[in-house]
Amino acid sequence: MSLTALLLAAVAQAAAQPASGCTPEHAAMGHCTLPTAPVQQQSKPPAAAPTPDPHAGHTMPQQPVAADPHAGHDMGAAGQAGPEPGPPPSEALSGPAHAADEIFGPAMAESRAELHREHGGMLSYMIMVERAEAVVRKGRDGFAIDSQAWFGGDIDKLWLKAEAEAAWGEKLEHAELQALWSHAIDPWFDLQAGLRHDPQHGPDRTHAVLGLQGLMPHWWEVDAALFLSTEGELTARVEAEYDLRLTQELILQPRIEVDLSAQRIVELGIGSGLTEASAGFRLRYQQTPAFAPYVGVEYERAFGGTARFRRAEGESRDSVALLAGVRFFF
Amino acid sequence: MSSSPVLGRRAFIGGGAAVAASAGLLPAWAKPVSHGLASNAPGTVSGSDIRLTVADSRFKVGGKIGHAVTLNGLLPAPLVRLKEGQNVRITVDNHLSEDTSIHWHGLLVPFEMDGVPGVSFPGIKAHSTFTYEFPVKQSGTYWYHSHSGLQEQLGHYGPMIIDSAGPDPIDFDREHVVVLSDWTFLHPHRLFTRLKQEGGFFNRDKRTVANKGADPLSAEDARMFAAMRMDPTDISDVTGAAYTYLVNGHGPSENWTGLFRAGERVRLRVINAAAQTIFNLRIPGLKLLVVATDGIPVRPVEVDELQIGNAETYDLIVVPEDRAYTLVAESIDRSGVGIATLAPRAGMRAEVPALRKRPTLAMKDMGMMDHSAHGGASAAPMDHDMRDKSKVDFKVGPGVDMIAPMPIDRTGEPGLGLDDVGHKVMTYKDLASLTRNSDRRPPTRCIDIHLTGNMERFMWSMDGEKLSENPEPYRFARNERVRLKMINDTMMTHPMHLHGHFFEIVNGHGDHQPLKHTVRVLPGSYVEIDFTADAPGDWAFHCHMLYHMHAGMMRVVTVRPLDGAKA
Repeated sequence: MSLTALLLAAVAQAAAQPASGCTPEHAAMGHCTLPTAPVQQQSKPPAAAPTPDPHAGHTMPQQPVAADPHAGHDMGAAGQAGPEPGPPPSEALSGPAHAADEIFGPAMAESRAELHREHGGMLSYMIMVERAEAVVRKGRDGFAIDSQAWFGGDIDKLWLKAEAEAAWGEKLEHAELQALWSHAIDPWFDLQAGLRHDPQHGPDRTHAVLGLQGLMPHWWEVDAALFLSTEGELTARVEAEYDLRLTQELILQPRIEVDLSAQRIVELGIGSGLTEASAGFRLRYQQTPAFAPYVGVEYERAFGGTARFRRAEGESRDSVALLAGVRFFF
Repeated sequence: MSSSPVLGRRAFIGGGAAVAASAGLLPAWAKPVSHGLASNAPGTVSGSDIRLTVADSRFKVGGKIGHAVTLNGLLPAPLVRLKEGQNVRITVDNHLSEDTSIHWHGLLVPFEMDGVPGVSFPGIKAHSTFTYEFPVKQSGTYWYHSHSGLQEQLGHYGPMIIDSAGPDPIDFDREHVVVLSDWTFLHPHRLFTRLKQEGGFFNRDKRTVANKGADPLSAEDARMFAAMRMDPTDISDVTGAAYTYLVNGHGPSENWTGLFRAGERVRLRVINAAAQTIFNLRIPGLKLLVVATDGIPVRPVEVDELQIGNAETYDLIVVPEDRAYTLVAESIDRSGVGIATLAPRAGMRAEVPALRKRPTLAMKDMGMMDHSAHGGASAAPMDHDMRDKSKVDFKVGPGVDMIAPMPIDRTGEPGLGLDDVGHKVMTYKDLASLTRNSDRRPPTRCIDIHLTGNMERFMWSMDGEKLSENPEPYRFARNERVRLKMINDTMMTHPMHLHGHFFEIVNGHGDHQPLKHTVRVLPGSYVEIDFTADAPGDWAFHCHMLYHMHAGMMRVVTVRPLDGAKA
């Protein structure tokens, strides 16, 4: 937040005081304007045995049991002025770390571990088939599958991705498997790193992967990754998709994918720079989010050297495909 | 059907023998037609020696049968009826093949009897027994439930009524207990996994191209939500898509009926025992006189509707005429409704109102000022940083998707979607305790506690840390008077529950501020509570949304010194 915005916020906050029951005195004391100073005063208690120190150097707390009616800042208005933040009095740090241990003994350690596991420590999973679709394209009808699965906690997950593409009755035109460690780096994005192996027909490749997957502002889902192959080739891919909700059940999903390469890879028929891009729409019908059939259309095009490689093989550099498939997860 | 006569109020009071109902799945007070509460009816347990059995069971609703965890074979569990001043020994037999526990929600018990595994006791192991023993120090409407795993979702909850030692401060002729809850045939762990897979999995009423014209959200605000990757329709994590909403264990079509005689003062003891649902409660045609909350009497306040968070209880007095009324417990996102009938005779039904349009989150639910409410005074609203880490002193990681830039006090508001319903809806500012509060010392220090989360990853925490990360407890000295300021940095309402203590909502009523054990903190708002840390021990402090707690939104509160040490 810029300084200007901060000031505006402070002014607006002050203006809002009467409505929020916060008196001007209160505001003047800095209680309800911006708490730039730390307000959380839960000082970490000493890790070692917290023996109560009679003059523990805590300066601010009044005697906690002293019923002192004019406790420092009673500015009239029936005690509307709030109390100051302060650390807990020293007595609060006395006694055992865990009260129940005094009564139930060692049985508590086990149940405490269970308590933590059950309150935020649980693992979860998802197996998602984003696209399992029949592809109708001039000259080479086939299918495509794009799926991913994850398993783990809120921050760290094992992430698996699998893609396959082929014309009916032919060998896999393209396939890849990725095993990634995924680490949440902010509320919406995961950093992913691991390995990718392409077991497709023709020269296969194994890559190191570094990626970023998550949700952009305005709800664009993005998956971007860099791939460094065992042959030293660097490539990249960016996918983005968006759910446009027409009705509760009918969702139009635009999707784009762009592939890049840092170099020519002759044996894979890839030129350098922008190699391929595709853009399409899928219209899915989901009665529940977990299962949705769809139809769609996609335009795909090769660029630069990649397009030249294709032409040399007698393929066209672009194509339009009709799609019908299903998206599901469990 | 109960055959008990229509009983006067006096007949309800006084201890009967403990009766553990074993036949049928519904306690008598929750039978399809109930005449009211009687202390010796099946499904009510009372006395000084009570036995409860936790076991796997089956529960049928809407013609479908699912797996449940019940007490004494009942769902909801037996009504535990006690008397202020008595001592009680409650023996719990665990017939499950997993651990269980019972937490006495709102009861002031010694910490080791509070029933939170890993905090206050080791839990009740599979196929073993634990005996709770405590003095009953209060009166009013309470409840109890499991604090183990996700058993609460499976039916492990029941009402508890404590009759006052002296004359009841609340005058009534007949009483009904109204236990609101949510039921799903999806296994709770599966349900939780779904939320982790896709935070909005159960939301089937999102904003669409087709309906967005009908939403009050301006195009600019909608863009702001999209820029923040927030869904303005994300109101309930779990909705009617997965839930059947129950009243006393009955689905909407099963029409639980509470009987009355015209002109009687009927006391409804409403308990929200739902795992994940906040309800908007109303009885069209009847004024609701709120006379107590969380067990403690308040100055009577007349309303038409109230929002009731998970784990809150409200005692309401209604004076019905000779006709049927529908009790409507609408889920906060309005994806479903719990329905019951109040009627002078069995078999009657009143009109069931249609579900109202779901609300939409707005700028102020982000903790921004509501610019529209301030005319042209807004300045550069798009410039607010919704995740300004300098505003907090905890680590802001992937589990925190928002820090409310300007949270406000919303205790004077009725709750999401109830601003414009055209009738009086209760707010926390309407509540004042009936008697003067005993500890009138001003708090000596305050603590900010941020309620934090990440909607997209379904992560929930307090001060950015999940309980699984073993955060520092909140530490208090015994008898210390403290103010907690709970700041909601999320777009959801969190019903926050502090064990072992009552706290005052700082709502301007001086020494009559209402006492509660659970408070709803509205999105983008803060609630200040004052309390006296007079219960030594370790206590749980958490959001009472079961899946928020399960995701980590819980802390330990320690009060020292313990008994025996220097006080």
